Amino acid sequence: MHELSIARELVRMAEEAARANGARKVREVRLRLGALSGVMEEALLLGYEAACRDTLLEGSRLVIEPAPVRIHCPRCRRDVEPEGLQLMYCPVCGAAGGTLVQGREIELAALEIER
Amino acid sequence: MPARILEIRRSVLNENDRRARVLRAEFREAGLLAVNLVSSPGAGKTSLLVETLRRLSSAHVPAAVIAGDVETDNDARRLASAGCPVRQIETHGACHLDAAMIARRLDGWNLETFDYLFIENVGNLVCPAGYDLGEGLRAVILSVAEGEDKPLKYPALFHSADVVLVSKIDLAGPCEFDREAALRNIRAVRPDAAVIETSARTGAGLDAWLEHLAAARCRFLTEKEAPPCV
Ligand SMILES: Nc1nc2c(ncn2[C@@H]2O[C@H](COP(=O)(O)OP(=O)(O)OP(=O)(O)O)[C@@H](O)[C@H]2O)c(=O)[nH]1
Ligand SMILES: [Mg+2]
Ligand SMILES: [Zn+2]
Repeated sequence: MHELSIARELVRMAEEAARANGARKVREVRLRLGALSGVMEEALLLGYEAACRDTLLEGSRLVIEPAPVRIHCPRCRRDVEPEGLQLMYCPVCGAAGGTLVQGREIELAALEIER
Repeated sequence: MPARILEIRRSVLNENDRRARVLRAEFREAGLLAVNLVSSPGAGKTSLLVETLRRLSSAHVPAAVIAGDVETDNDARRLASAGCPVRQIETHGACHLDAAMIARRLDGWNLETFDYLFIENVGNLVCPAGYDLGEGLRAVILSVAEGEDKPLKYPALFHSADVVLVSKIDLAGPCEFDREAALRNIRAVRPDAAVIETSARTGAGLDAWLEHLAAARCRFLTEKEAPPCV
């Protein structure tokens, strides 16, 4: 349900950056989306189209780059990728309690613009 | 037309995260722990809060509440019955609270007079996950009536929990609640979360919850920096 407000903020940020760089039009928006971001891709794509109307982004593509979950294992002392969102242990040593280092991102990564 | 790639690398929730960090610093400065309570609709947030506030109030521990509700002020009225300051956010359809809403509701409160600020989020297991409210403790409530598999279905939210309260434990029997499965599912998503079984009806687990709050407040106030908000 909150995907529409995420889409609006994404478009607002993208348009601001595009204008600051003298763009006439934005062709593509690349978004890094963490597996634990809580954002549904489908809903976001719908919201995105609506949010782009009457902006420099009208008609642009939204490309989603998935960011898998990574945790820092307190025992192995390095970043590891758990086997799934429902298996949030260190896959190497089985330790619990690793801090999340990647997986919550909803990040405007890059824009393709026309000047 | 020459096309160009612009690298941006900025979080879409940047503005909310920034505001939340400011709030957290203010809260710490004022000696207050903010607690963000999240659950599905009807899991028992308000009932648990009313019981929590009653106990705090009889121990002369000052607390305040901000209650988010989609349409009504029912929760705010129930909470006010416990005798502490309550403010309401009617979200009119918005599915989660954000840091700006919290900041606006703090106006005119002297935060230094409170030990706790409880924030009842909108009943929803999806949308509140990514919105930091400046809290020092996030409690996710799972009632025994809603199914042991909820943590598996909503990992983003359950993974963000510092503590999981298994509520309405007085109904465990009639609901044929599978305690082992629930615990296993919580641990699978958030292996290091504390888990407390509570009942607002019988008062079970309330002492453990209050002890947990006190310890969390101590920890929060002595931490040097805001905990990393990934
Ligand atoms: N038996 C029993 N019933 C409870 C308990 N806690 C809450 N309830 C009941 O569950 C229903 C919902 O409780 P609320 O406290 O309003 O739940 P909530 O999470 O605040 O609901 P929303 O704010 O609407 O999302 C009410 O009918 C409560 O009386 C409990 O510990 N045991
Ligand atoms: Mg309520
Ligand atoms: Zn390990």
